[in-house]
Amino acid sequence: MTDSPHTPVPKPQRFPALRRIFQPVAETRGFARFMLWTGAVLTGLFILMAIFAPWLSPYAFDQYQLAGVAFPQTAPPSALHPLGTNVQSTDVLAQILWGARTELLVVALALILALAIGVPLGLIAGYFGGWFDRIMVLVMDAMFAIPSLLLALVIAFLLGSSIASGIVVAAAAITIVYVPQYFRVLRNHVTSVREESYVEAARAIGAPPSTILTKYIFFNVIQAIPVLATLNAADAILTLTGLGFLGYGVQPTQGAEWGYDVSRAVGDAASGIWWTTLFPGLAIVLLVTGLTLLGEGLNETINPVLRQRAATRVNMEDEA
Amino acid sequence: MQTKPDTAPDAPAPDVPLVSVRNLKTWFEIRGGVLDRMLGRDAGTVKAVDDVTFDLARGEVLGLVGESGSGKSTLGRSLLGLVHATGGSASFEGQEVVGLDEPALRKLRSRMQMVFQDPHAALNPAMTIAQSVGHPLTIHGRLKGRDEIRAHVAKTLERVGLSPADTYMDKYPGDLSGGQKQRAVIARAIVLDPVLLVADEPVSMLDMSVRSKILKLMIDLKDQLGLTYLYITHDLASAKFFCDRIAILYLGKIVEIGEARALYAGPKHPYTEALLGAIPDPDPTRTIPRNLPRGEIPDAAKPPRGCAFHPRCPRAFAPCGWELRDLTPVLEARWAGMEEQAHLAERALIGEIPAEVMEGTTARLPAATPGGGADLLAMLERIRSEDPAEPFWTGIKEMRAEADHVAMEFHPALTPRLYAEGTTAAACHLLDPGLTHPRAAAAPVL
Repeated sequence: MTDSPHTPVPKPQRFPALRRIFQPVAETRGFARFMLWTGAVLTGLFILMAIFAPWLSPYAFDQYQLAGVAFPQTAPPSALHPLGTNVQSTDVLAQILWGARTELLVVALALILALAIGVPLGLIAGYFGGWFDRIMVLVMDAMFAIPSLLLALVIAFLLGSSIASGIVVAAAAITIVYVPQYFRVLRNHVTSVREESYVEAARAIGAPPSTILTKYIFFNVIQAIPVLATLNAADAILTLTGLGFLGYGVQPTQGAEWGYDVSRAVGDAASGIWWTTLFPGLAIVLLVTGLTLLGEGLNETINPVLRQRAATRVNMEDEA
Repeated sequence: MQTKPDTAPDAPAPDVPLVSVRNLKTWFEIRGGVLDRMLGRDAGTVKAVDDVTFDLARGEVLGLVGESGSGKSTLGRSLLGLVHATGGSASFEGQEVVGLDEPALRKLRSRMQMVFQDPHAALNPAMTIAQSVGHPLTIHGRLKGRDEIRAHVAKTLERVGLSPADTYMDKYPGDLSGGQKQRAVIARAIVLDPVLLVADEPVSMLDMSVRSKILKLMIDLKDQLGLTYLYITHDLASAKFFCDRIAILYLGKIVEIGEARALYAGPKHPYTEALLGAIPDPDPTRTIPRNLPRGEIPDAAKPPRGCAFHPRCPRAFAPCGWELRDLTPVLEARWAGMEEQAHLAERALIGEIPAEVMEGTTARLPAATPGGGADLLAMLERIRSEDPAEPFWTGIKEMRAEADHVAMEFHPALTPRLYAEGTTAAACHLLDPGLTHPRAAAAPVL
């Protein structure tokens, strides 16, 4: 209509959807770009630590001796133990590296579970409404009302006796805490999107509800999820280390956990043993900061209201 | 009354209408306030479509014209089953649509499609044009395989003027202009080869320069594909050249229906007259008398008695359904042109005019002060004598002063039925030979 038939026809893009998703990331500028990349680098560092812990770490997480010689207790940083040892005679560096694996594994598992439960529930409740929606909103609001750490504690306590794996128990506890958030965000978004013309158009072309939900509503409401998931991951790290600090998280026999390390080192700081608290604490702070920056950066990148894109500045002063 | 054809849907006789609507009603319950709901109080119903009857022949273009809130969109959606009608009947190719369940409706929708008002909102922003236009084919299992669907989509896009189709196939709706999007919406509607297209204000959101192109496209498609259109619009000017027949809707009811040319040449209903008078005329040297209806379209939850148009009608008379609340605009119009002192003096005599629909034919207008009935009556009589041409007064049989009220006896409200004359029919008491207009002999309005 506008193009003449002689215009060279561009080749159909291979992944037009993928390109569209990553375009705003490439176009982001200013503070958003700084947050996005700082967050991504910090988080990426911890992910690398988690993946390569067996090769990076000098010892196993529960190793307290080498060739029959026991590690010294609360030894300061040395060539043998770059970050010192703690009160249980385990290497602090090994605890940090293996801890990254535990934290990220639990949080990833919790995220997947929370998304798998919260997203479908939110979609269905938001689209169909009715009594199911009312009951779900009531239940989720009730869960919101309980302090998250308390809720996680109760779940961890209840499941702890029946499930052997501490990682699964901790992940389940965190899942329950974050399901209401995904549910609420999705459900509210769906209730507004379902009134859109294109959803009615989908009904008009004869699409059944399942198709409308998956093809027309789902892809228009998930933009909020990456941001929420990243920010929740930061929060989940704090919940997990909180559980570990209180002794209800991953047990020391099953994996290194920073919160547990900090709890065991509480007494050390007073007697000048700074390395047992500083390094696990620093790891927590850095990972949480990284995830938060990544989440906020994503938010400013994806959310069109906050988005700051590259614009060509026209210099008007030269004209004057 | 029910004229359901007995012929099989695949072999309809030529004289059987494609769409036959009989006494169709789509009423919505109003969700009242929190208190109403807690007390189980009924907040009322909106009769968005109320007792509408019409036929649509194969290959015909019927225009549904009305102001916002007249129920024209709801009528179109009820026909497609997108909104569930609450009563009456609407049959499509002999198949009853009202009361049909969703799976059966979904099957039917391959035969009847919709073009939406806002092309920017009618396409899924997360789907490419090829995906959006091709999706109906997948849903109805018409074609299998990506390449086959793409080829068919390309053909359809070329047909609606999006050519070369390859330039548009992998674009997202956000990359296209309004006119291009509407072409894509039309492509999606015709990709299944439907017979009926409900077009809900298809050009009202488009730029002026694009409107006629889209309408031209729709006419071409109708001729090429043998489509039948239900064209919903508020724009009588575009309906004039687009439609074979036109139905004018007012508050959910058809007030005039008939052959388009005859309707333009000789409107029978005062509302149609007013709408035709409201069409802008670009010729500055020609001044046509603008007799626009006064006031706004009334609240659909509390429609006027009798003929719903009577409060705005310049030619309303006794049987049109006058009621007490119609007095408010009369007084407001009078007071707006008065000195402040005189206005305040009159205002002081009159109490609160109830905004509710009247029951029965007698209403009591409260006086502002106890025992002020006689003064109020005197004032009303004075207002009446100063402007005897005001149609409101034709509805009043008698006014009596009571202690604290003025009792007003109104003529009983009659709901007009459609009176056919030539190729058009209008629902207006003026056409009822049994009723005589008090000023029939006087100079005609307009």
